[in-house]
Amino acid sequence: MSAPESSARPRSKRELFLTFAKLALQGFGGVLAIVQRVLCEEKRWLSRSEFVETLAVAQVLPGPNVCNVSLMVGDRFFGLGGAAVALAGMLVAPAIVVLALASLEAQFTSEPALQGALRGIAATTAGLVLGTAIKLASTLGQLGTAHAAHARRDHLRRAVSALLAVSTFVAVGWLRLPLLWVLPLLGLVSWAYALRELRRATPQLRPEQNGTPP
Amino acid sequence: MSFALLMLLFAHFLAMSLLAIGGGVVLIPEVHRLMVEELKLMSDGTFTGAVALAQAAPGPNVLFVAVVGYRAAGLAGALACMLGVMLPASALTLLATRWLRAHQSLLGVQAFKLGLSPLVIGLMCASGWTLATETPGTRHVLLTVLAALLVWRTRVHLLLLLALGALVGVLGWI
Repeated sequence: MSAPESSARPRSKRELFLTFAKLALQGFGGVLAIVQRVLCEEKRWLSRSEFVETLAVAQVLPGPNVCNVSLMVGDRFFGLGGAAVALAGMLVAPAIVVLALASLEAQFTSEPALQGALRGIAATTAGLVLGTAIKLASTLGQLGTAHAAHARRDHLRRAVSALLAVSTFVAVGWLRLPLLWVLPLLGLVSWAYALRELRRATPQLRPEQNGTPP
Repeated sequence: MSFALLMLLFAHFLAMSLLAIGGGVVLIPEVHRLMVEELKLMSDGTFTGAVALAQAAPGPNVLFVAVVGYRAAGLAGALACMLGVMLPASALTLLATRWLRAHQSLLGVQAFKLGLSPLVIGLMCASGWTLATETPGTRHVLLTVLAALLVWRTRVHLLLLLALGALVGVLGWI
């Protein structure tokens, strides 16, 4: 499965705000799957590998991951103002909705139909996140477009990346180990491995390979 | 409610902000300790209800902080808590992003982004797994698997999937 390359950019801060507001309002039970769908596939502001890289940085920094993604995307296209506008888009409209619901809450949270709907949404959201993760797994092991392909090393790299992804899943999802231990330990191993692979490919390196606009 | 309470909430959430590594939900135990046990601003049930509401409503899960702030001190409380929890983390994110972009020709920086990518996929699977295993039951799992397959293989609108999930729940099938 070939990942679509990023080709477009937001025309204005207004578009940035409205895009994030719209996607945040669709994110029942979590926004991540929707962020990926909208930014990579509908708007094409980021390629799949750019999205994974952005999310990677967003995950290790403090703060809600999707909010960090909105800050980073906004900053990339329109600087500080863009970051502020994107984050506001992500938070303001849903905050109004959730506070309005909170002011009514006592009247409806005990409804069995609502409880059922929430269970259904939770199960679906779990599926959305898992499906998005599987889709993004196609970007694993890629060094970026600037590097020449070495088919055999690519296979090995994909296998090692998959092993690291599975280890992270088992540690955090299954064994429920704290992120504060898992991230630094596995992150260091993974970083060292990526560094070695990049060094091997160095002759093909170009400084502008990350696709970030100047 | 008093201005002093608002400032107290703001300061507490400001201090908590940088602990939120891995997303807003990791703060739930800490916010619970603060609001229910230390400041005694709400009951355990009110707190749990606020978290459940924010997770069911659209938007980032960190909005549970707004609901908890609202329960403690009204709209101003919601604002104080949200500003507190967002400001330090957002500032750090911007600084770090810009530093990484300025130094993206360094192999170490490229390796950082590249090396974290597998971990991100693993973490996404872990959060999907955690969500899926919160409620036991075969039909529940079936719905999760079906949604995952549809997201992976098709371009079906995600809102449609969520609406179907809600419908299945309302009809009492899971």
